[in-house]
Amino acid sequence: MRGRVAIVGAAETSELGVIPDLSQIELHADAARNALADCGLSLRDVDGVATAGESPVAIAHYLGITPRWLDGTAVGGCSFMIHVRHAAAAIAAGQCSTVLITHGQSGRSRVGMGGRGGSATSLSGQFEAPYGVAGPPTMFTIPALRYMKQFGLSHEELAMVAVVQREWAARNPRAMYREPIKVADVLASRVIAYPFHLLECCLVTDGGGALVLVGAERARDFPTRPVYVLGTGESSETPMVSQMEDFTSSRAFRVSGRQAFGEAGLSPADVDHLMIYDAFAHLPIYGLEDLGFVPRGEAGRFIWERNTAPGGRLPLNTNGGGLSYTHTGMYGMFALQESVRQLRGTAPAQVPDVEISVAHGVGGMFAAAGTVILGREPG
Amino acid sequence: MPEPRARRPRPVPTPETRHYWEGARAGELRLQRCRACAKAYFPPRPACPHCGSADTEVFRASGRATLYSYVIHERPAPGFEPPYAIAVVALEEGPRLMTSLVDVPQTPEALLLDMPLEVRFQKLDDEISLPVFAPAGRA
Repeated sequence: MRGRVAIVGAAETSELGVIPDLSQIELHADAARNALADCGLSLRDVDGVATAGESPVAIAHYLGITPRWLDGTAVGGCSFMIHVRHAAAAIAAGQCSTVLITHGQSGRSRVGMGGRGGSATSLSGQFEAPYGVAGPPTMFTIPALRYMKQFGLSHEELAMVAVVQREWAARNPRAMYREPIKVADVLASRVIAYPFHLLECCLVTDGGGALVLVGAERARDFPTRPVYVLGTGESSETPMVSQMEDFTSSRAFRVSGRQAFGEAGLSPADVDHLMIYDAFAHLPIYGLEDLGFVPRGEAGRFIWERNTAPGGRLPLNTNGGGLSYTHTGMYGMFALQESVRQLRGTAPAQVPDVEISVAHGVGGMFAAAGTVILGREPG
Repeated sequence: MPEPRARRPRPVPTPETRHYWEGARAGELRLQRCRACAKAYFPPRPACPHCGSADTEVFRASGRATLYSYVIHERPAPGFEPPYAIAVVALEEGPRLMTSLVDVPQTPEALLLDMPLEVRFQKLDDEISLPVFAPAGRA
């Protein structure tokens, strides 16, 4: 690592002191443009974004960057030193080539201190909140009708996602809901936000999880069967679901998945077991297609035909998922835990002979994505 | 258009979005367009998200759009009585934006994707008017 990465561009905002005519996010952008000008690069050259105080998702979207590496580590004033550290490691590892680290803070004038959204001056606060959005059930779900029209996905096929995952949950003593359900039960459950019914929305639970990682050279020194990280990916698209480029496909999913498979030197055909973060029933459909497991527009049918069900050729969300197992709010940890169990051979609903497992997570509402490919063998 | 009693979230403009809200108050939907790559974009910001150029201009959009996607919320939210649609419309100029749909039943039967819409303005107070959309040709 030593000597393999250097800082080539550095600049401050054009002005310092009292700047009442720029909002906080524009201070980030101003500094970013100046630093890139300092070294003769353009925003097009940037493929990694790190920031604190604002979300790196918001910064990347604001500047028009498609990142394949993100760091939102936010631990106070030293965050930017830590971003440098992370960025150096990432660049040395080939995860990205050009990282932009930004800081901007309207600490005196307090203009547009939107931060991570929710504030009335954030872009989502100005352009989404006034229209009656009320959290994920009304925002994460908005793209689905467009998908349904474009590909002819039926209400019954969407409901089938929940039915199949309940079949997996029924095999898992720790799952919150284990009672079998039928498509008609899903469609008869209360409408939360058309076209989504209660049983197509994730649970709200308490819980947690943790992982311990060590170098591969030590991996066999422990009593557990090691699970190797074969490839990882990440990306972001937009802090506003209304600004997704394509309502039928997640750019963040595609970029993250492509990077993970590329690193691992594997293709979807090599995968024995799959976890796709399912906050709502349409997410496994988008995930199957955007990660390349199923051609565009065919995932609903693929699930309907029981390919992802117990006994199917691509076991998916085998813990029961966010729809039936658990969903604390940041469910991604639970998807990773189930991938590890399946690779160790200790899952309640164990799939035979799992060599390769993929855990794919979403951040926000199609805002960000992370993909981890795990295997029983290191190579 | 009457406003429900409970207050809905009120946007607070920033320097970079002020032209949009000033336009809405004046009954105009204002977008930005890049002079370098000619693309229109939303939400407002000083530089083009497509090519990075700061050579951009504000222009008055036609107000014509089509219904791109939506949900119909079945639970109350501040300023809204269920059921109500939360929609995303595709503007004639290209950008999409979230909005409310007015002068139309809030039902799947009445709300057909790709139906033509046109902008209206719903006054919240002396500073803020919200762009909303109604079926085209029913003014």
